[in-house]
Amino acid sequence: MHHTIEVKDLHFSYPDGHQALCGVNLYISPGEKVALVGPNGAGKSTLLLHLNGILHDHGEVFVCGKPVRKETIGEVRASVGLVFEDPDDQLFSPTVFDDVAFGPIYMGMPEWEVRGSVDDALGAVDMGGFESRASHHLSNGEKKRVAIATVLAMDPEILVLDEPTSGLDPRSRRGLINLLRDLPQTMFVSTHDINMVSELFERTIVIDGGEIVFDGSTKGLLSDEIFLEQHGLEAP
Amino acid sequence: MMWLAPHALHVPDGFLSTAVSVVGWVLALIAIGIAVRLTRYQLGERQIPLMGLLAAFIFAAQAINFPVAAGTSGHLLGGALAAIVMGPWAATLIMTAVIVTQGLLFQDGGLLVMGWNILNMGVFTAFTGYAVYVLVRRLVGEGRRSRLAAAFVGAWLSVEVGAIATAFELAASGTSPLYLGLPAMASVHALIGLGEAIITAGAIALLQASRPQVLEAGETAPGRKGASFMMIGLMVALVVAIFSPLASQNPDGLEFVAEREGFLDRSLEPLFELLPDYSIPFVPNEVATTILAVVIGTLIVFGIAWAIGRTTVRKETIGE
Amino acid sequence: MHYDLSDQYHHRSSPIHHLDPRVKVVVTFFYILALSLTPEGAWWIFGFFLVILLSTVWLADLDLTFTIKRSFIVLPFVLAAVALPFTTPGSSLLKIPGLGWTVTEPGMIRFLSILARSWQAVQAAILLTATTRFPDLLWALSALRFPKPLVSTIGFMYRYLFIVADEALRMIRARTARSAQVTGRARPSIRWHGRVAGSMVGSLFLRTLARSERVYAAMIARGYDGHMRSLIRFRMTNIDWIASVLTVLLLGTPLIVSLR
Repeated sequence: MHHTIEVKDLHFSYPDGHQALCGVNLYISPGEKVALVGPNGAGKSTLLLHLNGILHDHGEVFVCGKPVRKETIGEVRASVGLVFEDPDDQLFSPTVFDDVAFGPIYMGMPEWEVRGSVDDALGAVDMGGFESRASHHLSNGEKKRVAIATVLAMDPEILVLDEPTSGLDPRSRRGLINLLRDLPQTMFVSTHDINMVSELFERTIVIDGGEIVFDGSTKGLLSDEIFLEQHGLEAP
Repeated sequence: MMWLAPHALHVPDGFLSTAVSVVGWVLALIAIGIAVRLTRYQLGERQIPLMGLLAAFIFAAQAINFPVAAGTSGHLLGGALAAIVMGPWAATLIMTAVIVTQGLLFQDGGLLVMGWNILNMGVFTAFTGYAVYVLVRRLVGEGRRSRLAAAFVGAWLSVEVGAIATAFELAASGTSPLYLGLPAMASVHALIGLGEAIITAGAIALLQASRPQVLEAGETAPGRKGASFMMIGLMVALVVAIFSPLASQNPDGLEFVAEREGFLDRSLEPLFELLPDYSIPFVPNEVATTILAVVIGTLIVFGIAWAIGRTTVRKETIGE
Repeated sequence: MHYDLSDQYHHRSSPIHHLDPRVKVVVTFFYILALSLTPEGAWWIFGFFLVILLSTVWLADLDLTFTIKRSFIVLPFVLAAVALPFTTPGSSLLKIPGLGWTVTEPGMIRFLSILARSWQAVQAAILLTATTRFPDLLWALSALRFPKPLVSTIGFMYRYLFIVADEALRMIRARTARSAQVTGRARPSIRWHGRVAGSMVGSLFLRTLARSERVYAAMIARGYDGHMRSLIRFRMTNIDWIASVLTVLLLGTPLIVSLR
């Protein structure tokens, strides 16, 4: 059985010379829910963008056993559902329906199947009935849910989320946490929300300065206050 | 609710004659077609999200104004800025998107006359701005100050050219005699153009300071040589138009000619024979000749510009 | 003029709202073309066309004055034609005392014809946007053979307009909040103000450029390949055809009659 995600010795530098990733290794097994934490600038977003091939440099990334390369990029993108931090970047179509249908349409699904996927995805995030709404009329919490639906509609192997609770009021945040708890997909979530981490994720990876400095039990991590402080984190 | 700045160059329906409007649409569609194709080569898959967002930027930037005098304010049209940063063909596409939306959604600018609105505020401003920018830099040098000066002059001239073109279109339609319209448009927009120039230069200054790579990209966009040809073409058209009866000092110039010639008759261009048994009211044949000359000249210029654009452009390959 | 960025579409369940958007776009364009072809001074034709317009407004379940109220947007541009009553040769109508300028009859007729065309044309455009959702309008344009990349670009622009305009508004507000004017102190020059505005424009540009990269990444992540695809599809019904033919007849007949 292949790991859902496997990253081997990943290095990445930006064009301006800044070294964002310095030899990252990790793997995620099917069904796991893993948190990624670290201070700003540690390389979290950069790492996530490697998982579906938007960025690539040195090292190897495997998704469901297949290496992420030009030839496999289409399947990779269908398997890795990446949800960005700012939902407005992700909701670029005129209506909610169009945005959720975007992925399935590009995957080549016939029209009836597209509609089915959209219904299922919106239902899963509890946004059924919002199909004809324009994205700029939605609240922040609703946008985040629809953004997740846009990716769920592609039926991915793993959901990768970048800061899902950022910018949400307490009620919307609670709703989103419950949603993430209920979704069955394998998950890899980058976040600053340490309370959500302790609530939802058994395993946490800590990245700092482009390197993985911890990969293990969340409970163990959160009890080591010195370590947390060293890497710009706080206990819940 | 959002309030956005006023514009002086959006011509509403009714102010240009049918014939003039149709010509405008034909030329505009050609320009748009070329712009779409060349920017596809230039930008690849990034074309639509990039052009779309930059169009939103121009639309919103037109709201950023600054006080000039006694309650009036200077603001941006944006054609020159878009062209300096992205190249004139991308600017054409961007400005077209803005102008179509302003006309269609907000009724700022008519639908039948939209062809000329697109040409005046999109194509002419973009190409004038770009061509002058390139020219000034070639004359003065490649330094940072020369960039600002080049952007300043390019933006100012772009507004002037747009305004002058509008004056000619109004004259050719019989709405406003040239001896009145041209000085009025040219002088008012000489002032408005200053606002454009200052803001454009200010924007270029900021880009130069924080992200100079962006400016370098614009300087290698397709349209560099095409822009020079377009400018020459516009000058030729201008010269032709000046020597036509449109610019007659006789106060009754255009109308006098209209009275004398009456409706179109058999002595007229075959162009209008395409519409048998149906005369287009109030188009004197001298005006028709001028329009025809401008159209043919512009078509030749577009053709050359497009041909040059195709041979010098590099196809962008996307990493993944 | 000032734009109100809130939606221009007024939702109703009227037969006009249900018409195929292609029909509405073409008919609107024809209406404006018919106005443009109407001979000067043919007031009965202008009047007839106005009746057609107002009937359509009524059919669209909108207030009869709906388009009229919003039509005064063209007023400022009237200045461009204001010389016509004085410069068109013909029989004199009245003399302006003191200035010695003469208003001529043909001049006045031409001027008022331009006004009529402009006023009615803008109402047709208003009715179009009030009865058609903007995405459907865009679809109609592409179905009518407008270049697809242009139409998609407009769609994107529309989608992100509110966000980018919001950023611009916030910048303007922040500038206003820091624009205290202390009496007795010198005011900054126009050049300075202009440069501040220029910097705001420049920084808005950079932010928008960065956002466009993120949006592009999000699109690529969902399989985008450079061509926009959508499921919108309208099919022409009998009502659509009838409406089209009827409009062509109503608009074309008076014009043809007037040419005899």
